[in-house]
Parts: sequence; C-alpha cells; structure tokens
Amino acid sequence: MKLPIYMDYSATTPVDPRVAEMMCSFLTPDGTFGNPASRSHQFGWDADDAVEEARRQVASLINANPKEIVWTSGATESDNLAIKGVAHFYSKRGKHLITCKTEHKAVLDTCRQLEREGFEITYLDPEPNGLVDLQKLEAALREDTILVSIMHVNNEIGVIQDVAAIGELTRSRKILFHVDAAQSAGKVPIDMDTMKIDLLSVCAHKIYGPKGIGALYVRRKPRVRLEAQIHGGGHERGMRSGTLASHQIVGMGEAFRIAEEEMAQENARLMTLRSRLWDGLKDMEEVYLNGDLEHRVAGNLNVSFAFVEGESLIMALKDIAVSSGSACTSSSLEPSYVLRALGREDELAHSSIRFTIGRFSTAEEVDYVVDLVRDQVTRLREMSPLWDMFKDGVDLKTVQWAAH
Amino acid sequence: MAYSEKVLDHYENPRNVGKMDAKNLDVGTGMVGAPACGDVMRLQIKVNGEGVIEDAKFKTYGCGSAIASSSLLTEWVKGKTLEEAQQIKNSQIAEELALPPVKVHCSVLAEDAIKAAVTDYHEKRNQGES
Repeated sequence: MKLPIYMDYSATTPVDPRVAEMMCSFLTPDGTFGNPASRSHQFGWDADDAVEEARRQVASLINANPKEIVWTSGATESDNLAIKGVAHFYSKRGKHLITCKTEHKAVLDTCRQLEREGFEITYLDPEPNGLVDLQKLEAALREDTILVSIMHVNNEIGVIQDVAAIGELTRSRKILFHVDAAQSAGKVPIDMDTMKIDLLSVCAHKIYGPKGIGALYVRRKPRVRLEAQIHGGGHERGMRSGTLASHQIVGMGEAFRIAEEEMAQENARLMTLRSRLWDGLKDMEEVYLNGDLEHRVAGNLNVSFAFVEGESLIMALKDIAVSSGSACTSSSLEPSYVLRALGREDELAHSSIRFTIGRFSTAEEVDYVVDLVRDQVTRLREMSPLWDMFKDGVDLKTVQWAAH
Repeated sequence: MAYSEKVLDHYENPRNVGKMDAKNLDVGTGMVGAPACGDVMRLQIKVNGEGVIEDAKFKTYGCGSAIASSSLLTEWVKGKTLEEAQQIKNSQIAEELALPPVKVHCSVLAEDAIKAAVTDYHEKRNQGES
C-alpha cells in the first residue's frame, strides 16, 4: 500500500490509464493533431471524426442526442453558460431564478453576478438531510421565474437530489431546469429521454478524464435557447466559440464510455468500501454523518467529529488526502457553507471531514484510514478543552464564549 | 497550507497537555476563544508563594497553529513571574513559530490566554483574602 492514500475523488480523479493513452494519440506529429474546424484537409476531418465520436459517447452516457452536447472548458463554464445564457436570452419573459444554498460556487457566484445585473434569485434552504423539499420549491415558483438550477449530487455531502421530480414540476410550469451534474455523471444514472431537464453541466475530471474539459447538454425538444458567453468563430453552433481541445475531448469521450460500461459494478464495489469505512467509524462517540445516507452517491462519506477541529484533524491525517469543507474553500477559515445550510452548528461544521473514494481505492486503504482516524481523533480529543467539558457534563451551549 | 517545522514539532509532540484543579487557589485558569470560531484555548498556571509560575498546562481545540501557540506558551511561562508572563507578546509567538499572516490570530489567542489566566489567579486570591 502506498502512502499518502488518496481519498479526495470528489475534488478530482486521476486519469484512467486507458484514457491517458487515448489522449496521447491526439497530440504528436504522428497522431491526430489537426484542428477539428479545418474543413479543407484530412488532418481536420480526422480530428472532427474523433470529436464527434466523443460527443456520441458523452451523449450516450446520459441518453441524449449528440447534437445536444456543447463542449466547454469544464463544469464551471457549463454552469455559467447555462445560467447566464438562459437569463440573458429570456430576460424579457422574467427576471427570477431559483437555486439552493448548497449549490457549488460556480452556480452561486454566477447567480450573484446576475443579481448585480438586476435579476432576482431565491436561494432555497435544504432540509437537514441535504435534500430540497419539492413543496418548498413549488412554493417558490413565480410567474416571472425563468430558471431553476439544482445540482444532482452535492460535492461535499454526496446527496442525490430528485432531479426527475423537479423536472416534472418545472416543465409543467414551463420553467427551464438546469442541473449541475459534475459529481453525478457516470456515478448515478441519468436519462435525458425521460428526465425533464433542459440543461445539464458535466465535466471529465471527476470521472477519470482530464481536467479542463466539460460539456453542457442543451435540450433540442422543446428547444432551449442561450445567449453565448464566449464569442468568436461560431463553434458549437454559436453557443461556445473557441478551437476544440480535441485531445481533451477524446479523453472525456473515452472516460464517459468506460463509465457507462462499468458504472453498475463500480458502484457496487464503492458501496461495499464506503460501508466498510462508515462501519469502522460510526461506533465512536459523538460522530455525526452529514447528509442523507440513503440518497447518496456511493463514493462519499462526510463525517463530523465533535470537539475536534477540522484543520488540525486534517493535519493529523497527513497520510491520507481528504478535505475539510470543499477544496475551493479549504484555504479559508470559514466552516463549510454547505454544512451550515443544513443547520449544522458551527462546531460540527468546523469538525467535518469529507472522505471520497473511487476507482483505485482498496479495502486495505479503508482499513488503514479507519485505524488512523480513530487514533488521531482520540489524541486530539484528549487535547481538547471542549471534550473535557463534554465529559464533565457541561452543556457547551450554555457557556458564554468570548467570540473573537 | 505549509506549516513551519516548529509548528509541526509542537503539534506532534505538544508540551504540557493537561488539566489542573481550577478551584485551587494557586491555580489561574484562562479560557479564550469560541467553538464557533474554530478555536478554544484553556491555559492553566500554578503559581508559588514568590509569584513565580511553577507549572503550566494547556488544552486547545483548534488548528495546528493554535495548538502549537499554546504549547509554546506553556514552555515560555514556566519559571517566569506573573509580571514577566504578562509581558509576552503575540508577535514573539508568531515569530518563533513562523506563523503565516492568516494564522496570527492563534498567537493573539495565546497572549489573551496568559493574560486571562493571570487575571483569574489574582481575582481568586483577592476573593480568598476578602
């Protein structure tokens, strides 16, 4: 077993060797290096064929038409294009959008920008288990609502939202529905033929493809219109200009092909490992699971260890790569906004660790992590005045703290 | 975030972790910080008849820098008079541990902790005498 152990698959995944090999053949002089937009020679035609094959592979995983796939630089750009693109195109119809407080920053920050432009955003509170209550969502819909944006799988707590049900609701009201599926594509079944989702953001690097490439699904029937955010040569039917990154695109295609083929068995294996990890930790005192266990992606376990501070725990777990909060915010001292939105007290939000396992995780690694976490949590608790007080029966909520 | 070697040393081998009886008249206790802010420090000092700190113990809930700041502080205050201990500045702690700017608040907390412990010691003495 090699140290450190990687358990941060929700931050990014290594590229599957099969994908890397494929990508290499699209770079060098003896490979298919042409510009897919070059219509006048073989180099361009070959690259275009490869890009279109990858488009079919990406579409196939989500049971969509390849013509509905627009290449982007990743899920962040897809979210920007979907939300700003719809808002700008349909602003005459209405200026109200709905999202949830536990969305990724790529969605929340985009919404903030739209607020500055005069749009109005409703940020829904999730239930304590992390799921959006459909009735509350329905109650928030208005005459001037043009878009609802709800993520499929949450990046921090791994809970799976019922996007099929949300889609029924939005379609019946003729409101567009965008789903950030960065954490779910290849891990949870997605069927665009039956799900009434209008726009869906996906990326490659969460599912063993390369970083820097993603796609936005844009529905054709009923047709969804977008205002482009990047202008230029009119690539991707005008929705996203810029020379296509063919080596990354074929990598994403191959990664999605493998995911489609192996998803069922991989999920079964990850579920076994995840249970092994949770079984190894859950009998400890004052340990709390964050997010619903049942409606949850197989590779995610997010746990709060009360009376232990998250950053010091991560330091103690230096032989394992995990994250406290999301990778985008772990350099700040703020506790996770996702856990706060669930109503977790700050103390528990500060003490959370996200373990995410994936294709190359092993049972041996899980066992090592269980032992290490148990030892280090015990060590840090022995050093914690809060643990002392808890053991002495002091209710920490009754203590007057000097906030600083 | 990269930690300095001194922070890592104190974090991995913290000095003087422990608890004293806070009711004892020769013990001063300083508890500062708040769980919601991500750090709570409890520093305790045992003072002899000459007003010299004989022993010090700490427990800290917080990041590695907070643990290191309090561990270092217990080393520094031992053998000092109460007046000398109160002179310790957070900047000295931050410098010794090479804390990055984002972690300077940990050393501030340590300075607050020793001041609070000395105050607590004096208050208990005064109450005991009156």
